[in-house]
Amino acid sequence: MREIIKDKVIVQDDWTVLRLAEGEAPDAVEVPAGKVIVPLKVWQLQRDSLAKRGDIAVWFASDEQAKELKEDIARFSLIAVDFPKFADGRGYSIAYNLRSRFAYTGELRAIGDVLRDQLFYMQRVGFNAFATREDKNIHDALKGLTDFSEKYQTSWDEKSPLFRREHRDGAQA
Amino acid sequence: MYRYDQHDHQIIQERIAQYRDQVRRRLSGELTEDEFRVLRLQNGLYMQRHAYMLRIAIPYGMLSSTQVRKFAHIARKYDRGYGHFTTRQNIQFNWIDLEETPDILAELASVEMHAIQTSGNCMRNITSDEFAGVAADEVIDPRPYAEILRQWTTFHPEFAYLPRKFKIAINGSKEDRAAIAVHDIGLTVVHDGQGEVGFRVMVGGGMGRTPILGSVIREFLPWKDVMTYLEAILRIYNQHGRRDNIYKARIKILVKAIGAEEFARQVEEEWQDIKDGPATLTQEELTRVASYFSTPDYATLPASDAGFELHKTENKAFSNWVKRNVKPHKVPGYAAVVLSLKKPGVPPGDANAEQLDFIAGLADRYSFGEVRVTHEQNLVLSDVKQSELVTLWQEAKAHGLATPNIGLLTDMICCPGGDFCSLANAKSIPIALDIADRFSNLDYLYDIGDIELNMSGCINACGHHHVGNIGILGVDKDGSEWYQVSIGGAQGNESSIGKIIGPSFSAGQMPEVIERIIQVYIRDRTEDERFIDTARRLGIAPFKEYVYASPIKTTEPHGEDACA
Repeated sequence: MREIIKDKVIVQDDWTVLRLAEGEAPDAVEVPAGKVIVPLKVWQLQRDSLAKRGDIAVWFASDEQAKELKEDIARFSLIAVDFPKFADGRGYSIAYNLRSRFAYTGELRAIGDVLRDQLFYMQRVGFNAFATREDKNIHDALKGLTDFSEKYQTSWDEKSPLFRREHRDGAQA
Repeated sequence: MYRYDQHDHQIIQERIAQYRDQVRRRLSGELTEDEFRVLRLQNGLYMQRHAYMLRIAIPYGMLSSTQVRKFAHIARKYDRGYGHFTTRQNIQFNWIDLEETPDILAELASVEMHAIQTSGNCMRNITSDEFAGVAADEVIDPRPYAEILRQWTTFHPEFAYLPRKFKIAINGSKEDRAAIAVHDIGLTVVHDGQGEVGFRVMVGGGMGRTPILGSVIREFLPWKDVMTYLEAILRIYNQHGRRDNIYKARIKILVKAIGAEEFARQVEEEWQDIKDGPATLTQEELTRVASYFSTPDYATLPASDAGFELHKTENKAFSNWVKRNVKPHKVPGYAAVVLSLKKPGVPPGDANAEQLDFIAGLADRYSFGEVRVTHEQNLVLSDVKQSELVTLWQEAKAHGLATPNIGLLTDMICCPGGDFCSLANAKSIPIALDIADRFSNLDYLYDIGDIELNMSGCINACGHHHVGNIGILGVDKDGSEWYQVSIGGAQGNESSIGKIIGPSFSAGQMPEVIERIIQVYIRDRTEDERFIDTARRLGIAPFKEYVYASPIKTTEPHGEDACA
């Protein structure tokens, strides 16, 4: 069990993330029992057996595309996106596409190099759960979700841009 | 110009609080330098050779006199008394203490300014035409769109960690003065056949190691679709731009790899999903933002002022200044004035605190309290009465701001180079100063006429050397500094990338190298031919032949001589 942030609070979590070791093949790796988040590749290659289990989730590597899971998205109550480095921003578009284009409504979790100063943006594009890096204080990280109370542009969290939501004054004549 | 409302203020204040806490956590060790670097870069704070440099955003180059006075204050209180205007219309301060940066941001916020996204792998400050709103050849004022895009790019959650930096420029005139062809996205405001306003969209231009001119991926994008279409471009780039090699990570490499047509197809496909969605721009919002860029309260004046005309004929120095530094205005009796920051002996683009205060005063007295920054690193007073040009000239001259050299050889674009920048391979400012010194004779400069000399201290090309009629690039060879010279680059409607003429030179040889290039031009030009026209007609061969024909003495005795 470890702590994660989910829906803006810190909760205990019993999912484990399966990461392939060097040389391990996604079609052959043995998925352990219990609640496991498996790589997208493993899901695709072992779909027949994994589909029978109710305790499987998938995670996207940053170079994978949301559309690769298109047909199966509705099966999952948890999908994760990996950030190999916090400065790798591909995961933001994966999340946005999962939510906006493929109408995914379950838990969307950021895993990997997940740090306080990126949480606000992650939340905006559709993440609602954050497995923050375990060497960092998760109570501190929680503060990252409330850095801003206003935003200009649309994303998953805000369907309307500021100029449609609020009355904004023009120049004083 | 645009003024913040309560929402803009709130976002900036929340940003300062966020950044102040990030600095605190860095100083306490909670954030490692690797973690903090990315955060501070997105706030324009670079670690330079000697100290931190803070780059402040000047959205599309527009400033109020109040903001200029704030720069003077920051220069005095937090820096060493001066600032440096950049080729992206921003200002940099070179001697900054990390601990003081949150306070500087608070000072900036008090005059509706910030340093957000002036560096880092995100969407940067949007640049535009310094004569927007006043240019005689303007089709549509691009500033309302630039401001709308400024807000759209600010803290965009999905595109803050792109493969590489991302620069947008927007032009609304017949002549492109915003260098749109060398930007990641270059927008030109145009009319379609029915008179509707929209944009011609160019993508994938850039300089750096692989200079490429942008490709048009859409001839006409209706104005209301600008944000959704740009979102589609950015989403494609964020997912497919290369991240394995920093030198191949700009969007230009992606566009080149898959081809502009295929890139355009992917963007169109992506766009279909969000087109006409809530991010579509509304007429109400466009009207609101445009209201801030309404025409100032111009006086009704004759098209030409008799006193002004008289002074031009009687005073050669004034008439030279008018010829080079005064630009046509769409309103009768007015002119736009370029204040040269290229005085011999001063690093190009630098202004000290006294000058900044003085410029603010000039703006208040002569030009509705506004100042613009050009990407050639000069300043513009955009709305000056012709009848006041003489007194303005006299005042500017007394403060070293009336060097009559706009568009001439000494009006060089130059990056800060190895004296400041830790990325640079070579110094640039001393070479610029040496060249300016060599060409100090004004009659000679005028005889040479229009020419763009651009210099960068490294391949990142902040000094736009690829599009200089003469381009100089500082390179490192075995630990010493050398300079590679190219000819035939140009910005504007006829943009082109210069060609390298041959082996590089030492710093001490550079003034003579430029002199020889100019001699070839003067020898071979036909009547009324500008340098760039001659260079295009003849190619680099005659320049190359003459420059390398005999050894060039160097003032630096050490190092290999390129002609030895």
